[in-house]
Amino acid sequence: MSWLNKQPTWLIVLISALALLGGWHLLVVWGEYDRFILPGPVDVGQQMKIVVADGRLLRHSLVTISEVIPGLLIGCAIAVPFGYLLAKSPLAERLISPYLIASQAIPVIAIAPLLTIWVQSTYWARVLVAILVVFFPILINIVAGLRSVPAELYDLMRSLQATRWQIFYKLEFPAALPVILAGLKVGATLSVIGALVGEFVQPKSQGLGYLLVTSRYQFKTDLVFVVLIALAVIALTMYGLVALLEKRLLRWQYLSNRTNVTRGKNGPQKMARGGS
Amino acid sequence: MSEDNNSATAVLLSAEQVSLAFADGPHVLQDVSLTIRAGDFVALVGPSGVGKSTLLRLLAGLLTPSSGQILLQGQPLRLHAAPIGIVFQRGGLMPWRTVWQNVQLPLELMGNGRHVSARVQEMINLVGLQGFEHVYPAQLSGGMAQRVAIARALVHQPSLLLLDEPFGALDALTRERMAQELLRIWHLMPVTVFMVTHSIAEAVLLADDVLVMGGSPARITHHIRVALPRPRKLEMEGTAEFHHCATAVRRAIEASG
Ligand SMILES: Nc1ncnc2c1ncn2[C@@H]1O[C@H](COP(=O)(O)OP(=O)(O)OP(=O)(O)O)[C@@H](O)[C@H]1O
Ligand SMILES: [Mg+2]
Repeated sequence: MSWLNKQPTWLIVLISALALLGGWHLLVVWGEYDRFILPGPVDVGQQMKIVVADGRLLRHSLVTISEVIPGLLIGCAIAVPFGYLLAKSPLAERLISPYLIASQAIPVIAIAPLLTIWVQSTYWARVLVAILVVFFPILINIVAGLRSVPAELYDLMRSLQATRWQIFYKLEFPAALPVILAGLKVGATLSVIGALVGEFVQPKSQGLGYLLVTSRYQFKTDLVFVVLIALAVIALTMYGLVALLEKRLLRWQYLSNRTNVTRGKNGPQKMARGGS
Repeated sequence: MSEDNNSATAVLLSAEQVSLAFADGPHVLQDVSLTIRAGDFVALVGPSGVGKSTLLRLLAGLLTPSSGQILLQGQPLRLHAAPIGIVFQRGGLMPWRTVWQNVQLPLELMGNGRHVSARVQEMINLVGLQGFEHVYPAQLSGGMAQRVAIARALVHQPSLLLLDEPFGALDALTRERMAQELLRIWHLMPVTVFMVTHSIAEAVLLADDVLVMGGSPARITHHIRVALPRPRKLEMEGTAEFHHCATAVRRAIEASG
């Protein structure tokens, strides 16, 4: 265990992936499952090779990605002003939040068919579903983030004649950013689910959702697995991109956690000089 | 300030019969009157929760009195009437800004974003934090963070410096050193100061006037003048005048309940 602890992350991931694949393989071999019920990693690998080679996987993946990214970005762009309104206006909160919460009790899969009736464009109907899925968790985090701004800092900004806009972009936004980014991470993975749900109800010859539905109808279970893997990779990448963005934007948090200069080598000496 | 030139110095800020009740909360202040002359160092002491921070926020223009008025240089106080500097007990720095960026904030907000770096550096040097310009607040000790807050409060040359228990979150030793630091800074950069504090020793050592607040709703119950000479030094805590004033303040706090 202690040996494992010291290894780099990529090696840990590699080891766990190999263990998972091995277990899966043994399960299929020993259980003698039909490959239509549970294909083994070898079957899935072969199928993967085929759809990569003929370009199908890439084509369908790109369609899905082209829905996921606008879904996330637009959902976020709508959530920011909404969240600001909810956090700032008690009236708006009392007016809107019951409906927002009630709307969360309805599964998106139930509303999605309606959306495809209302929105003519296949593409935008799917993006809309993604937006709907992403919107709420991001909104909640924006409200929580804006509410966490310390009262002293508001007093400070007001005493310095800050305009409303300055208060937003120099105080509220950076103060809320850590919580907003946490919401964005959740939203990043949810956006993939949203796009997929959109493709389920609007399966018009493209997208990973379409590929999933058709391969299931054709009992190409190994292709279903390939699609699942592709979806997981897209979700992980989206999450990773937001995490990267977080690391860049919240550099101060990473730096702050790492060191305390007063405990450092020359901190106290400098203090003594300053105090004289 | 010695007694004889008080009459000569102008009144900077005055509160006349100020009362304040929060809309959905307690009636905090009743008929509070006080006068702060330009260049004065005024300390306010009183029990916890009595309304000291509320009075400070009124003087900053952050709250409007329910009745009575606050005059700045004879004019009714509006927020932004004149630049002020504020230091809070804690939580006053922006954790996502470096020391330099925190100190620079007032200048940024006032729009003169260009020729500021000399001024920012001057303030950082003044509070003894040269070498820490690009460090984030979470990496600083409590005392260093309050130095940054003081630098930021003075960078835009305010006419009034408001301190709300600036050293309240520090340990006793750091607190004593920071009080001396404040004296040093104040002598280098004279500004009118209104300071809320829990420490009687701090109030007497630093201030010309010590106001005592008490009651519910609260009033200013006592006003003690400290006749220690300037520049003040920590050694003055041994003098008879210091003990006389400290005792007077303690009695006043007890009397005002
Ligand atoms: N924004 C507000 N709304 C309602 N009540 C408030 C508000 N701010 C303060 N109060 C109340 O006013 C009273 C005085 O608070 P204040 O913070 O001024 O006390 P204080 O003397 O500064 O106390 P401390 O020494 O603990 O800082 C308290 O009862 C507090 O609950
Ligand atoms: Mg207070």
